[in-house]
Amino acid sequence: MIDTLRLTAEDAMGLLERGEVSAAELRGAYFDAIRERDGELHCYLRLVEDAPGEGVPIALKDIIGTEGVETTAGSKILAGYVPVYDSTVAARCKAAGLSLLGKTNTDEFAMGSSTENSAFGPSHNPWDPTRVPGGSGGGSAAAVAAGLAPWALGSDTGGSIKQPASLCGIVGLRPTYGTVSRYGIVAFASSLDQVGPTTKTVRDCALLYRVIAGRDPCDSTTVEVPPVELPEAEDLAGLRIGIPRELNEAEGIEPGVAAAVRHAIDLAQSLGAEVEECSLPRSVEYGLACYYIIAPAEASSNLARYDGVRYGFRAEGAGFEEQVELTRDEGFGDEPKRRIMLGAYALSAGYYEAYYGQAQKVRRVIADEHAALFERYDLLLSPTSPTVAFELGEKTANPLAMYLSDVLTIPANMAGLPGLSIPCGLSEGLPVGLQLVGPQLSENLLFRAGHALERAIGFDYVPERLR
Amino acid sequence: MTGSWEPVIGLEIHVQLKTRTKMFCRCESGFGAGANTHTCPICLGHPGSLPVPNAKAVEWTIKLGLALGCEIADHAIFHRKHYPYPDLAKGYQISQYDVPLCANGRFVVPGSDGDNEIGIVRAHLEEDAAKSVHVGGAGGRIGGAAHTLIDYNRGGTPLVEIVTQPDLHSADDAKRFLQLLRQTVVELGISDAEMEKGVLRADANVSVRPRGSDELRTRTELKNMNSFSFIARGIDAEIARQIAVWESGAEVVQQTYDYDPDTDTLTPRRTKEEAEDYRYLPDPDLVPIEPPAELVERLRAELPEAPGARIRRLEPELDLELAEGLVTTGRDRLYERTPGDRRAVANVVMNQLAAAGVDPEVVDGEQLGKLVEARERIPRAAFVEALAHAGEPGFEAERYLGEASVADVDELGPLVAEVLAAHPDEVAAYRGGKQGLLGFFVGQVMQRTEGKADAKIVNELLRNALG
Repeated sequence: MIDTLRLTAEDAMGLLERGEVSAAELRGAYFDAIRERDGELHCYLRLVEDAPGEGVPIALKDIIGTEGVETTAGSKILAGYVPVYDSTVAARCKAAGLSLLGKTNTDEFAMGSSTENSAFGPSHNPWDPTRVPGGSGGGSAAAVAAGLAPWALGSDTGGSIKQPASLCGIVGLRPTYGTVSRYGIVAFASSLDQVGPTTKTVRDCALLYRVIAGRDPCDSTTVEVPPVELPEAEDLAGLRIGIPRELNEAEGIEPGVAAAVRHAIDLAQSLGAEVEECSLPRSVEYGLACYYIIAPAEASSNLARYDGVRYGFRAEGAGFEEQVELTRDEGFGDEPKRRIMLGAYALSAGYYEAYYGQAQKVRRVIADEHAALFERYDLLLSPTSPTVAFELGEKTANPLAMYLSDVLTIPANMAGLPGLSIPCGLSEGLPVGLQLVGPQLSENLLFRAGHALERAIGFDYVPERLR
Repeated sequence: MTGSWEPVIGLEIHVQLKTRTKMFCRCESGFGAGANTHTCPICLGHPGSLPVPNAKAVEWTIKLGLALGCEIADHAIFHRKHYPYPDLAKGYQISQYDVPLCANGRFVVPGSDGDNEIGIVRAHLEEDAAKSVHVGGAGGRIGGAAHTLIDYNRGGTPLVEIVTQPDLHSADDAKRFLQLLRQTVVELGISDAEMEKGVLRADANVSVRPRGSDELRTRTELKNMNSFSFIARGIDAEIARQIAVWESGAEVVQQTYDYDPDTDTLTPRRTKEEAEDYRYLPDPDLVPIEPPAELVERLRAELPEAPGARIRRLEPELDLELAEGLVTTGRDRLYERTPGDRRAVANVVMNQLAAAGVDPEVVDGEQLGKLVEARERIPRAAFVEALAHAGEPGFEAERYLGEASVADVDELGPLVAEVLAAHPDEVAAYRGGKQGLLGFFVGQVMQRTEGKADAKIVNELLRNALG
């Protein structure tokens, strides 16, 4: 009997290597779990019954293009769209033998922090199904937390890997911008989008990152990546960790969240890290505002291709313009429409410099502010999300409140920096995540520190109600 | 005549590059394939697809920029230019905006009162749109069509856009500039620059002002002119129209016109209610182009002698018009390697040889020189016949230089029979469809008559005999 709730991907690999289970039995166990629990959780938009691969199975966020398997990005406008090519990450997973279990739910075009913006209904948090799993990669995070996949890939623009990992009590890595190919990933905000792993442990995270990272000739913005090291050390000796005041004391951080993170900071110190308070004043003050200019601006451009002419959903109309208008009106949900309008405004003649141009300058300031801190510290630590998982429907009527879910993850994203979220305890019975941020290409360091902290914290990633 | 009015004309030229593959994908570029057969997820704008620049196209644009005397940017940027049209698969065109690859050039057009120096504002690289075919309805325009078919084969073809300063002051200036530019492009080997196929397209911005003034009055834009003479006629028509408008006391209104060569009239395009706003955005999918200095210097060293300079070099031995004619038709190299009376050689190369449809590049100048020298002495028919064969390998002028022609059928008939009997293989090949062998038989008969046979009669006899 395979306990998919407990089994890590690394464990699963061991079972396969030692011949204790077959790849088919392993897939079977996950499909059993899916049949048992996905009716309630709705992690998957689509299952793939027959997929090649003799390795550990994987779930992919539905923003990740898969040849021959419908890819909707959680949007009605892409309903029925079956890519004719694999994204680079899907191809790399295939080449590594990882068999596709299915495509997981996402906020429409990855725009959201709860999966409630999915055109196909929200996913639910395995710790408490009345609550959201976070977003946009809530489907992937909830699937891994509920044992419906050993690991999964998500994509992170403002926090869509880290925040759901935090809300579901698992590990999520948003890699350095440019280390993982975006080729075949349905674009939201191209200068921010980054694919990364969602896993139960930091070692699983490193293993999966090793599969997907590296330069891709199909994506001009990718870079060479140093060899990925699997973390072993259980101490933090010699590590200097900065605690940015603005990220740890931001308005809206729940006391239970702050307490769990405070506890983890104390543990870090006891593991040998030098911990010191520091400051990121402008990054936090302007990060969110800046993000909500750049991301919608790029989104308004990236979504301009959805006109119903070549693929996906089409509403018939008299003439091209009417057809496009009706297709978009019926095909896009409220959030993409909102961001297209914001973005088109920010890019329009006469406003470009004041909005997009200015935001790009602020972005440089944010990157510089982080770079200055990394002269003194190896890593920065803060909560990942200001809150634990919130109730379904709690923030849907208030987009601004929803946007604040990403206030702590956005600054590092704007600077193109890697961030790792690991669970660090519970607040009101729900998981709390902490975020480690390092300089560019510092994934190995994040894995090392994350692994040591994970061991010390001893968080049980199986949701209490499912134990 | 423009009288007291001075025309002010600037040109915007698009040149399709003849690279083997498209600008941002590896699809074959070029004409003649079945509709939508040269397409892929990238040039069809499928979700997740990303552009990768064609290095050859970048190199060729730099080459052209250097030939136009431009500065080459060391950090050029691709922008997205948005407009909704079904032939634009992504909803935007990848183009260049504030940092083009080539800028601030000057191009010299030799004129009778000295050199006419035309400023080049910029030469930038972009992708072509797909081709729309409006079916049904009147006028072939989208407005009245029953439906529109799109062929994406052309979509993504590399296109260089060249913008001149308004330094041209007559339709003839504009035509001569374009002819010289076309020749430059052809000689660089980067495009066939055929206007009738739309490989080279030119739009003109036209205004007029009182002679002696340096003001710039409202300009209009002329499009859809697909030959040099249409451009000249279109500009002339617009200059006359504007002068009449100003002289009637009215004002010229900013407007775009389509030129109709059949009626020699200008039709205003339907104006849009709102001003065009392309919402330019630096393309986040592409990194800046940073051409290495060594590459730029190598390309500079490889530039052929500029057509304008060649015209000036040939002018003293001919006259401007003849020198220009030779250079802009690419016939000056044959002219230069053909000995003899310069004006006579120029006329033969420019007129009779062109009429014979012979590619000047393959003609042996020495032999042509002999022919030109003898042209007064031999029958015109023999001369014309000789020119028709001047491009064949091993062509010898002597064969055609008999003093008087033999036109006697009784004398030539047996010779024809003799030649056919001596070459049974060629006869069989001719009858099998290799019609090109006719010239070979003519040559043989000529040889037997020491070039004295009347070629027209020989041709006739041969055709009859070969049936």
